Amino acid sequence: MAKLKAGTRLQSAVCSTEVMIVKAPEEADLTCGGAPLLPLGKDKSGADPADGADGGTQIGKRYVDADETLELLCTKPGKGSLAVGGAAMSIKGAKPLPSSD
Amino acid sequence: MNLMMLLEMVSSSFGERGALAHPDRRLSYAELFAGAGAARDAIVETGAERVAFLDEASPALPLALFGSAWAGVPFAPLNYRLSEAELDGLLERVAPAFLVTDAERARALAGRPGIFPVASEDFQQSALAAPQRERDEWPMDPDAIAVLLFTSGTTGPPKTAVLRHGHIVSYVLGTVEFAGADEGDAALVSVPPYHIAGIAALASSVYAARRVVQLPHFAASDWLSRAHEESVTHAFVVPTMLARIIDTFEAGGHEMPSLQSLSYGGGKMPLSVIERAMSLFSETSFTNAYGLTETSSTITLLGPDEHRAAAESEDEAVKRRLTSVGKALPSVELGIRGDEGELLPAGQRGEICVRGEQVSGEYLEQGSRLDAEGWFPTRDAGWLDEEGYLFLDGRIDDVIVRGGENMSPGEIEDVLLAHPAIRDAAVVGVPDEQWGEAVAAAIVLRSGASAGVEEVQQWVKDRLRSSRVPERIEFFDELPYNETGKLLRRRVREQLGG
Repeated sequence: MAKLKAGTRLQSAVCSTEVMIVKAPEEADLTCGGAPLLPLGKDKSGADPADGADGGTQIGKRYVDADETLELLCTKPGKGSLAVGGAAMSIKGAKPLPSSD
Repeated sequence: MNLMMLLEMVSSSFGERGALAHPDRRLSYAELFAGAGAARDAIVETGAERVAFLDEASPALPLALFGSAWAGVPFAPLNYRLSEAELDGLLERVAPAFLVTDAERARALAGRPGIFPVASEDFQQSALAAPQRERDEWPMDPDAIAVLLFTSGTTGPPKTAVLRHGHIVSYVLGTVEFAGADEGDAALVSVPPYHIAGIAALASSVYAARRVVQLPHFAASDWLSRAHEESVTHAFVVPTMLARIIDTFEAGGHEMPSLQSLSYGGGKMPLSVIERAMSLFSETSFTNAYGLTETSSTITLLGPDEHRAAAESEDEAVKRRLTSVGKALPSVELGIRGDEGELLPAGQRGEICVRGEQVSGEYLEQGSRLDAEGWFPTRDAGWLDEEGYLFLDGRIDDVIVRGGENMSPGEIEDVLLAHPAIRDAAVVGVPDEQWGEAVAAAIVLRSGASAGVEEVQQWVKDRLRSSRVPERIEFFDELPYNETGKLLRRRVREQLGG
């Protein structure tokens, strides 16, 4: 289980996905493509995302768990999908705001 | 979290897109990213602990901002309009600093201990000439200082506001959709680099993947020309700029700007100016943004739909919202507090307090001003209507206390401004033996119009309680504003004998 802190960057072990933690409890069982997320720069496993965990990630989208205690920003897209404790994370819906600066 | 991450995301997906347009140079996002890496190397090599920027906006500005973020040192833009003595003091405070400045000053400061000066032009050229570097990590600590801003100090000595990476990145993530700009969108930025709006404009435009068009010196005719030449779609202006843009456009000789969106803030927008702007630029959407340096820019917004609804409504409460600054961003909380710190209900005037990830509320000199629950007392006064629209009403410190009665200058100023002969007005409290404070007004008449002291006093008396009638009235040619349209009330007070 990865130690989580806002600002920490993690990468998928099985696809090109990279995320930054926006907010998180201290520990959470985070996966992408069915495999635990790794610290940035670690070697990838070379495997493919697991079946059912291959919905893909989109750059610039924020992903949250059901009660929104955990939030990730996808900084690089990939083929795997994000999950916490086995439950798929969903894209945080945000109404676009008018440009103010 | 680091500002560089925002740039990296856009550069990796939209590298070919235009990032910056300046009369002398254009940059793509990939070029900006590569240049920031080279700037980082130049900064790190000197061992500087801060990057100071003392010049007008140019491509060197985003290179220095993102280069310092990459290097992990604070970026400190300095106000080039300050006196030499004031700047000398600021340089003392930022040293040891990598200083990006004009060529003449760079030469003059060469050899000064703790200052590593480089001319903006040279800095820019060498950053952009460097080969693409390998990806390199920047510090991701959200608590690292991103920007130091020396606040204008309209009411006292300048203070150094501290904005950490977590504050600015939270602001951007909370308000800007990644790559939300259409190809070809361009934002005209005419606010100076040392103003929070100048920093926010860069950070937001980068994350939206929108091209920034720099206008280093604001002049209304240049603004209109640049808007046309660069097919500008978005812009931010302060109220005084908008008033001049309208006057200049109405005088003729300029093409209608292709603006989709014009946002404004930084000072009180006169109703007459926004109404004229809305009818003149009828194809443009208007957004009013209210924020402070200490809150990483915008905390409330009055959006385009709300502008239209207010302008078209017959309902007084809805109509009035055109003079409000809108509602709190979804990512911040807003409260109005009374003298004892209690939360006030809708309709009651008090101190505006704000809480959220983007709120710093911290100064180098005094430390954090957040309370135990994370609320930042802004010292701005205002009230909320039933639906949460915020109306500004001066600064808490501007309250006039006359014979134990508290009154806000704004209420009296609004009445004065409704007089047909009055173009501008400021009301302040001045010392008074009998009442503690007396109400004094500085008035600017419209050209060709006339009004006497007694006539003005009678005008107020017919509309407000007699205690609010200015005992002292003086006529001015112009009121003192700072360059972002903020009234310098302290100076008015001095001139009226306060």
